[in-house]
Amino acid sequence: MLKRLDDNPEKTVTVTIEGQPVEVPAGETVAAAVLASGIGYTRTTPVSGSPRAPFCLMGVCYECLMIIDGQPNQRACKEYVAEGMTIERQHGTGVLQT
Amino acid sequence: MKDHYSLVIVGAGPAGLAAAVNAAHHGLDVALLDEQPAPGGQIYRAIESIPAERSSLLGAEYQRGSELVSVLRDSSIEYYPDTQVWSLNRKLEIGLVCSNTAAMITANQILLANGAMERPLPFPGWTLPGVMNAGAGQILFKAHGIVPADGVVLAGSGPLLLLLAWQYLHAGVKIKAILDLTPVHNHLRALPYLPRALLAGHYLMKGMAYKKELKRAGISTLHNISELRASGREQLESISFRQNGRQHVLETELLLTHFGVIPHTQLSRAAGCRHDWDSSQQCWRPQLDEWGNSSIDGILIAGDGGGIGGARTAEHAGRLAALEALHQLAKIDQRQRDRLGRKDRKWMREDLHVRPFLEAFFHIPGKLLRVPDDGTIVCRCEEVTAGEIRMAVANGHSDSNQVKFQTRCGMGPCQGRQCADVVENIIAATGGDSIARGGHYRGRPPVTPLTLGQLASLYPEEKE
Repeated sequence: MLKRLDDNPEKTVTVTIEGQPVEVPAGETVAAAVLASGIGYTRTTPVSGSPRAPFCLMGVCYECLMIIDGQPNQRACKEYVAEGMTIERQHGTGVLQT
Repeated sequence: MKDHYSLVIVGAGPAGLAAAVNAAHHGLDVALLDEQPAPGGQIYRAIESIPAERSSLLGAEYQRGSELVSVLRDSSIEYYPDTQVWSLNRKLEIGLVCSNTAAMITANQILLANGAMERPLPFPGWTLPGVMNAGAGQILFKAHGIVPADGVVLAGSGPLLLLLAWQYLHAGVKIKAILDLTPVHNHLRALPYLPRALLAGHYLMKGMAYKKELKRAGISTLHNISELRASGREQLESISFRQNGRQHVLETELLLTHFGVIPHTQLSRAAGCRHDWDSSQQCWRPQLDEWGNSSIDGILIAGDGGGIGGARTAEHAGRLAALEALHQLAKIDQRQRDRLGRKDRKWMREDLHVRPFLEAFFHIPGKLLRVPDDGTIVCRCEEVTAGEIRMAVANGHSDSNQVKFQTRCGMGPCQGRQCADVVENIIAATGGDSIARGGHYRGRPPVTPLTLGQLASLYPEEKE
């Protein structure tokens, strides 16, 4: 659906998206990395369980809520990728892991 | 970060940058807070880090941002990136969170320069993965060099659609179609404003040049489109629409829509600033005087957050608001303020000549705004449909806050950013209060989510 114009970036980090290690350019937002990875939906809604994906990418729609490094309800468009980061879809309401 | 400044500016886009530089130039201690990791706002996003090749694809208007940002870097301004403002009140206290730690700071003058957001406009299927705002497509392009891989459909109404199409064309992106939802009769509506718009004719020339280039490249723009609908199971698969009485279907897995931009008023509303409905811009905007003073003493607003004027006007308004802050702080007297602001005021007036024309030309038809299809989701967070809102109005709930309590529409994580205006439009069309009278959702802090841990960090001495 989406592709990177430059597929040979200078600096990359390795993150885990839904259990799969993926090498992504440093400096990317999580939402951008996830969209480019082609995993499709990034959360399901708490009400009907329908799939959603990032919509505005500027922090106003809250559609891109994901679990990042175990923390639920993170706006993927506001977080930046980091080495070793784990990124997971959020199914329904975000639940704090204790 | 200190706990008090003479001037705190929220937002490092064109308005905030220009204001900060102007205020610091006159010796004011300024803190510039911005949620992004680098300055530029959405319009000049990634301006410092973008590769030259990509920057040239985005055009000269974008590259203009690098000068603004470099002036900031050479200044004495305390600039705080990655800083989210979650609260503002009439005592001029600002709640912020930075590096996972919350803080409250105060200021003598506060300038909100937090810009605009895209106008949310629900249509059937707009919640499907694969449907995004055109602005989102542009952010992916600007900041990350990410573009549609297998073609894209652009749909809606507004100058950004044209600009994005032109940028995509230069990046070699396949544009399957541009669907123009602007009603044809808008041309007539806009005609009386054309003479004034010609005074800022370069905008019109640029738009026409983009159109011409797209046409020459063989990209089809379909005009007079209605009944846009996105379909798919877990992901967008196709879209349908009506043109001149005929139904069409197009297969695509990516649809970028745009229906203009509106001021992002979450913070100004939380502070309690008065807002008016602007029927030409079809949005709420804070009440401002000609220097940017809001209805609350000490809170100024400049740039698109105060009403849509575009990036250049935002710069002028930012500089004017900075002069007003200097005047309020007795750093300059009224005559100096007026004299120093003369040029910006003139340039701003010239820049704004094109606006009434654009507003009329891209006027969103009422039918679209009030979401005709009962089954369409209006509140993306709580999944409340247009039909449920109409039902609440039929049950006697005639103002938007009542409808919110009744339906939960606007009670999800986005706090009504995506649905508030739509709800008001539906209420107004269903026989409830008019938009201007029905009022807006009340804004309350925290305007962005805050963890309890972050909130607790306000009181470090009480930690065990």
